[in-house]
Amino acid sequence: MNQPILEVKNISKTLGGKLILDDVSLSLNRGELKVLIGPSGGGKSTLLQCIHYLINPDKGDVLLEGRSAAEMGRRNICAFRQEIGMIFQDFNLFDHLNAENNVAVALRKVKGLTKEAALKRARQELERVGLADKATLYPAQLSGGQKQRVSIARALAMDPKVMLLDEPTSALDPELIGEVLNVIVDLSKSGMTMLMATHQIGFARHLTSEIIFMERGGIAEAGPPSVLLAEGSCSRTADFCSKLTELLGKNG
Amino acid sequence: MIDLAYYQEMIPELTRGFWLSVKIIVPSATLGLIIGVLVGAVRGMEYPRFLVKPFNVYVSLVRGPALLVQIFVCYYGLPELAMLVRPFFEAHGLPPVWKILYLSPYAASVLVFSLCSGGYHSEYIRGAILSIKKGQFLAAEALGFTKRQMFWTVVIPQAVRRAWPGCGNEVIYLIKYSSLAFVVSAKELTGASMSLANSTFRFTETFFAAGLYYLFLVTVATWILNRLEKAYAIPGFGRA
Repeated sequence: MNQPILEVKNISKTLGGKLILDDVSLSLNRGELKVLIGPSGGGKSTLLQCIHYLINPDKGDVLLEGRSAAEMGRRNICAFRQEIGMIFQDFNLFDHLNAENNVAVALRKVKGLTKEAALKRARQELERVGLADKATLYPAQLSGGQKQRVSIARALAMDPKVMLLDEPTSALDPELIGEVLNVIVDLSKSGMTMLMATHQIGFARHLTSEIIFMERGGIAEAGPPSVLLAEGSCSRTADFCSKLTELLGKNG
Repeated sequence: MIDLAYYQEMIPELTRGFWLSVKIIVPSATLGLIIGVLVGAVRGMEYPRFLVKPFNVYVSLVRGPALLVQIFVCYYGLPELAMLVRPFFEAHGLPPVWKILYLSPYAASVLVFSLCSGGYHSEYIRGAILSIKKGQFLAAEALGFTKRQMFWTVVIPQAVRRAWPGCGNEVIYLIKYSSLAFVVSAKELTGASMSLANSTFRFTETFFAAGLYYLFLVTVATWILNRLEKAYAIPGFGRA
């Protein structure tokens, strides 16, 4: 249980001459959910994409179950990515495929399943996120919340060991946020290891073991919510979160 | 104007020309579309990288010079090249590959029209790829797609759908520039009309009739293109 499944070691990244990530390290144990918060432009998205090697970090390494991504060749990086699921803020569904094919396409092309097997698995995953009846609809026919749930089903179908979620509810209007959060709660309860960037702090504090506050490309502070968000803790996190709750209300 | 005997002579002659036109247009349109999709996709995605520059050169070459000049070069120019390289092949006892440079009027037309059409299609496809939301590439990579898998399953199906109206337009153009085949003595619709009119001096009726044949071809092509567009339409796709 205490062996970390994902370790991020001293990652730095410069984009367009600007230092976006400055020597960031963190680790996740199996079944753990950690939350990244912090102001926009603080490096949360870049960090998640570096962990996934969608952006190659300039320095540092990512270890998944002890295997180093920095030492992998290009071929193996594709296999490495299959083991980490990624959820994007704006869903990024394939516009030309319906819900079940959005889930099935990677199973067929990347995992080599037959069409029937892939579609069967896709329907199971859609059922898991409560969208069994929407399987044949195209992205343009789905609401934002439904699209995000399809994208979660798509990631889950690959049997990832870790899920990275990049503000999964930021592009949704308030009435649709709940349905996506419910899926995330279920996932967390089923033991999925997750690293989530979010502003839904009211929701996250009850699930997470650690809040990581990122600012200007580095981790400003990290700790369990009971410490960081304690009354009168004067932490940077508490200050930031109080501004969020002022704007969005207690559960925002 | 109304001389039934002449119509009896004209219609079979033009119909023969019409069928030769069809035989030029169908393979040129098909080949052109395939070339255009591949070249456009490679240039739009910049993958595989080593093909980008050669394909850029190809597109500038076919979009630059007038089509008429390109046909002349292929039909009259390539045999001269063949004469140049022939002694070399014979001296070294190599198989007479130079013979393929002697193109029939038909082959020269199909070759030039396919290449030209492909160049124009490729620009529509490239534009379509640039309009696909970048996040989808990111999502495909995140799922573990290789570039090649992403190319065939995410990029091509979307790019072709988005580019279809433009590509259809190019097919319609092709029908009309197929008439240039007459300059290398292919007796297609325009060539047939030309020689008939020259021998009978009935320019008005002949070219009016030829015009109707072209109108018919374009109408059929438009109908087919629309049917295909509808058959492969996806709800909400490309209309956002």
